[in-house]
Amino acid sequence: MAGQEQQQPQSRDSQVEEDIPEAPPAPPEAQASASTEGVDDLLDEIDGVLESNAEEFVRAFVQKGGQ
Amino acid sequence: MTAAPEPAAGGTLPAGGAMRVMGAETEYGIHAPSAPSANATMMSARVVQAYAQVTRQRAAGGAETRWDYTDEEPLHDARGWTVDRSSAHPSQLTDQPPVLDAEAVALAYGREELELDGQDESGTLLMNMVLGNGARLYVDHAHPEYSSPEVTNPRDAVKWDAAGDLVALAAVRRLAADPDLPPVNLYKNNTDNKSVSYGSHENYLMPRSVPFGDIVRGLTPFFVSRQIMCGSGRVGIGQDSSTPGYQISQRADFFEAEVGLETTIRRPIINTRDEPHATADKYRRLHVIIGDANLSQVSNYLKFGTTAMVLSLIEAGLAPKVEVFEPVAALQAVSHDTTLTARLRLLDGRRVTALDLQWMYHEAAAKLAQDTGVGDKVDGDGHTHDVLERWAAVLTQLDNDRAAAASSVEWLAKLSLLDGYRERDGLEWNDARLGLVDLQWADIRPEKGLYYRFLARNRMQRILEDAAIAAAVSEPPADTRAFFRGRCISSFGKDVVGASWDSVIFDVPGYGRLQRVPTREPLRGTKALTGALFESYREAGPFLAELLGHNAPPAA
Repeated sequence: MAGQEQQQPQSRDSQVEEDIPEAPPAPPEAQASASTEGVDDLLDEIDGVLESNAEEFVRAFVQKGGQ
Repeated sequence: MTAAPEPAAGGTLPAGGAMRVMGAETEYGIHAPSAPSANATMMSARVVQAYAQVTRQRAAGGAETRWDYTDEEPLHDARGWTVDRSSAHPSQLTDQPPVLDAEAVALAYGREELELDGQDESGTLLMNMVLGNGARLYVDHAHPEYSSPEVTNPRDAVKWDAAGDLVALAAVRRLAADPDLPPVNLYKNNTDNKSVSYGSHENYLMPRSVPFGDIVRGLTPFFVSRQIMCGSGRVGIGQDSSTPGYQISQRADFFEAEVGLETTIRRPIINTRDEPHATADKYRRLHVIIGDANLSQVSNYLKFGTTAMVLSLIEAGLAPKVEVFEPVAALQAVSHDTTLTARLRLLDGRRVTALDLQWMYHEAAAKLAQDTGVGDKVDGDGHTHDVLERWAAVLTQLDNDRAAAASSVEWLAKLSLLDGYRERDGLEWNDARLGLVDLQWADIRPEKGLYYRFLARNRMQRILEDAAIAAAVSEPPADTRAFFRGRCISSFGKDVVGASWDSVIFDVPGYGRLQRVPTREPLRGTKALTGALFESYREAGPFLAELLGHNAPPAA
């Protein structure tokens, strides 16, 4: 059991790494300036990630009640 | 079934600061774009089932571990009474096992829908798992929910909550790879923006000796204002988003009462559910339902860290003496004011901003931490100093450098993206693309989730390394009873027939009866106390024999 429980994070690990090639975290100062730069570049990237047909996608996201 | 003595005694945590037994519960929004009318409870069960397949606990262990409902008391009110079952809302009856068989689904949703949706050949769906990291993964109403293991500090609260997002991601990947099932998306948010909200709850252990009225007075102004650091942001005003705009909190518009037992109807700022999941005469479990689910690590860290410190203030009788006039309206006024300039009326006539309120709490918490010594950078408890520093830094940035605050405060990060779209494309707040940005911000897939795109660009600060979060998917916290629970699952899963926050139940060959090991003290069952025992045994029988002080059972 222990071995099996250990296996799955590794497989997911590699998946996550493929998805986001990470740079080391920048210090807060650098991040603060980053947030005011590169907005056009950021939006271009997000354009490519957003689900197509926003109106239909948002409308179909209907949840039943929760806590 | 026999009740065994508790594992050896554990210690106590330093008082006066940010350390406390705590945990997180996250209900995920669930959506199958290719099957939009699919039954949400059924899909949620598939998520749990998929994770069981990922861990292979079922294959190896002959079924997932069942949840033990013996000690669930959802109708106990912290104010001192118990609600009659017949007068409770059905959603409050969380102590009955939601074993969802075909019949129950048919009753709830209609037989035709069930047949369309398909079902397990056995007719029953897996609704509940206890994980090797000590967490619980289950179906709560119509959402998959991950309840983190108990931890002792805000950094670990963030770590094991974020591990839950990886658990959910693993289930999503598994379902996506199954050609026979529709792919399922999970969202770490709290509303569908069409009038429905679902929760992310926090739990904090407190001494029962603290009067509940003190908790209500001390926490209410804090909860009205902490959203300026911890809110996740929401496109739309009002429960049904009928008013275009942007607000700080996902949850604020869904709160209608100041104090109460309910969590699904007439939601209260202070929830009085009183299930300690621990020795009931010593502890209460404060069940906090007002928070937003956070992907931002800093927002999540401050949510747990500052709240834990305010509870320390309340226990010491040192909470700021402030009372907000009409707190529910004030909560919503704060959420709707992204300029952070709205002034709230206090009962003593003063008018203060949410930032002012937070600084009052920070000042009191810093003084208590200094007086008790837990806030010392070198000799303190190792957490309180950092919480105080980050708390002050974020409040200062919120006041004078919002661009800097956007790298840690979730609602500001999301707003920066929305503002980018509004400016570039001239979008109004009711444009569907802004609604999509709001929704997809919370998609837990790193390639689709917009929070994760920000994280990859280092536009969001990290508190934890990715590797530490990944390890917490399978590793339990070392310093609470979650260690014992998690290790029982990962070491002896096939012999564990049930588990809950305060018990693990074994069915071991050779023992005539089920063996229930109570774990009612949250700081026992730690690695320090039981780690060696797990190292010593490969089989549950001899392990239990030593733990319970029995002679070894006869060979089966």
